[in-house]
Amino acid sequence: MRDIILQLSLRSIRIHFLRSVLAALGIVIGVVAISSMGMMGANMTLSVTEELSRMANNVVITAASGSGGGPGGGPGGFGGGSSDEKISEEEFRDIQKIAEKYGLVYVIYRESDTIEVGDKKGRSTIYGLEEDVMRRLFTLADGAFPKSTSSVIVGPTLAERYDLKVGSRIDIGDEDEGTVTTVRVVGILEERGMSNDVNSDMAIIGSEKLFTGIYGNEGEYDQVNLILNDINDSQKARTEILEKMNRKETTVNVQDSSRMLESITSTLGTMTTFVMAIAGISLLVAATSIFNVMMMSVTERIREIGIMRSIGAQKSEIRRMFLYESIVLGVVGASIGAVLSLGIGWVVVLAMVGSTDYFFMPSSLAYIPFAMAVGIAVCILSGLYPAWRAADLDPVEALRAE
Amino acid sequence: MSKDPIIELIEVTKVYPLPAGDVIALDRVSMAIGDGEFVAIMGPSGSGKTTLLNQLGCLDRPTSGDLIINGRNTRKMNDRELTDLRLNTIGYIFQRFNLIPLLSAYENVEFPYLMKHRRPDSSGRIGSLLSQMGIDSAMATHKPPELSGGQQQRVAIARALVNDPRILLCDEPTGNLDSVTGQQIMEMLTGLNRKGRTIVIVTHDPGVARYADRIITVRDGRVT
Repeated sequence: MRDIILQLSLRSIRIHFLRSVLAALGIVIGVVAISSMGMMGANMTLSVTEELSRMANNVVITAASGSGGGPGGGPGGFGGGSSDEKISEEEFRDIQKIAEKYGLVYVIYRESDTIEVGDKKGRSTIYGLEEDVMRRLFTLADGAFPKSTSSVIVGPTLAERYDLKVGSRIDIGDEDEGTVTTVRVVGILEERGMSNDVNSDMAIIGSEKLFTGIYGNEGEYDQVNLILNDINDSQKARTEILEKMNRKETTVNVQDSSRMLESITSTLGTMTTFVMAIAGISLLVAATSIFNVMMMSVTERIREIGIMRSIGAQKSEIRRMFLYESIVLGVVGASIGAVLSLGIGWVVVLAMVGSTDYFFMPSSLAYIPFAMAVGIAVCILSGLYPAWRAADLDPVEALRAE
Repeated sequence: MSKDPIIELIEVTKVYPLPAGDVIALDRVSMAIGDGEFVAIMGPSGSGKTTLLNQLGCLDRPTSGDLIINGRNTRKMNDRELTDLRLNTIGYIFQRFNLIPLLSAYENVEFPYLMKHRRPDSSGRIGSLLSQMGIDSAMATHKPPELSGGQQQRVAIARALVNDPRILLCDEPTGNLDSVTGQQIMEMLTGLNRKGRTIVIVTHDPGVARYADRIITVRDGRVT
């Protein structure tokens, strides 16, 4: 049915077109600001999550330090080789039995030691890994994976610092403390970044045999890692390992990276909310302008309100007339804002995040309807008081108005 | 013409509180208007005749006293019920026509119809009312500012009649019209009265009051 009240609202907007456009413009700007900032945050989160998810499929199992260490208590895990506690071969077999179904389980030997290259002395982490694990974890920038017990691969940062190339020699160990083992670099790794399994960028990686040849301790591992097939198993695997391994006493700590991911995501979320709140200030300005326009509209139409009331229009119908007006301004403004957000949001995301790969993901685009809803809600709220005032006018007084 | 009263005022007083002191616009007015009567309310300006008409039209509430319309005491009615009474039982005709400028002539008449029936007029009632008033369908598409005073008042009468009210309240209906047009309007109102409508007209023009069955004179807020 044709709604005459809506017609009146639309005609009032048309008569005061410029004024209405300016009021709606505020909403357009507010919606664009909120949705662009929201999309920027969403794209940032998605791109960081993607970057971190390589890490997120790792579950790191270390021996519990002392008998009192609670599960997951240690903040460590970033290659902290200081713990004297080791995981025994037997424990490893148990873990493997439990965790095999979730993915690949492998062991890590790790030690920190003095190294010498030519005249340069320093310290580095030395890892002992099986060859197929190396192949799984690392990408070579140069050279090949080690085949013998005297060859190693090195991380790019270490290689740069000591000017290592394929064929370079490294002395591991301190002459004063014991034997020195000389190894040959056969491969240099690509940068891998910070990780919670193996921090290879500053490390020397050799075979298990090479490692146990230098340090002994065969069958006493520093760390057991699990590479998950499905990232969503992270919590489940962690819980199951903890439950089964620590049934009698606390023997292992399990650290999954989902928590870190969560905390980073939540930090980004907080930041996004904050930036959006700032963008929301523009909507506050828009609300003032809508309010102003609505109050003007009410003042100009006092007599009309009086006429309508005197010939039998209910208060609710007068209220409706003014609310329609602000809703129309809101819906039109928010819709234009939504369309513009696609363009401006794209530019903002490209400039701030550097990639628009995730622009059309639901969690990114969701900010457009969200901003629209906020914009329309702001319009309705700003229209409430003027509408209420219009409806509450005394008909006799209103009719007397010029 | 003395039938059962359709409008009855009992000791109606209206006081406007002002900083300089209360103004008593109506002072214990009691009167009755019979169903089908044509009554003129006369009096000098400021005598309270428009205040009285606003009371009859339920646009305003008395400070004290009772107003009974169509057998119902308006004192006990809330705003919604009073509005319904204005919509269904009372038609209002103003000196300044008071059409809604954003709506066409047709839509102005349609407005109270839609308020009452909640659907567009499919019976052609609005069109035929307008043509009875001498407004053809082409003219009906015009907005009020494009019409002459006489045409606007005819539209306003059609609007007042569209919900078939029993009472027609007119506040100086010819005040803004030339004498010929004013006479035409008065003849129209007389015709409506003959068909059984109660008409109350406020005027200071004795020539207008002449059309009425009875003249009520208001002076200083009192009926004399």
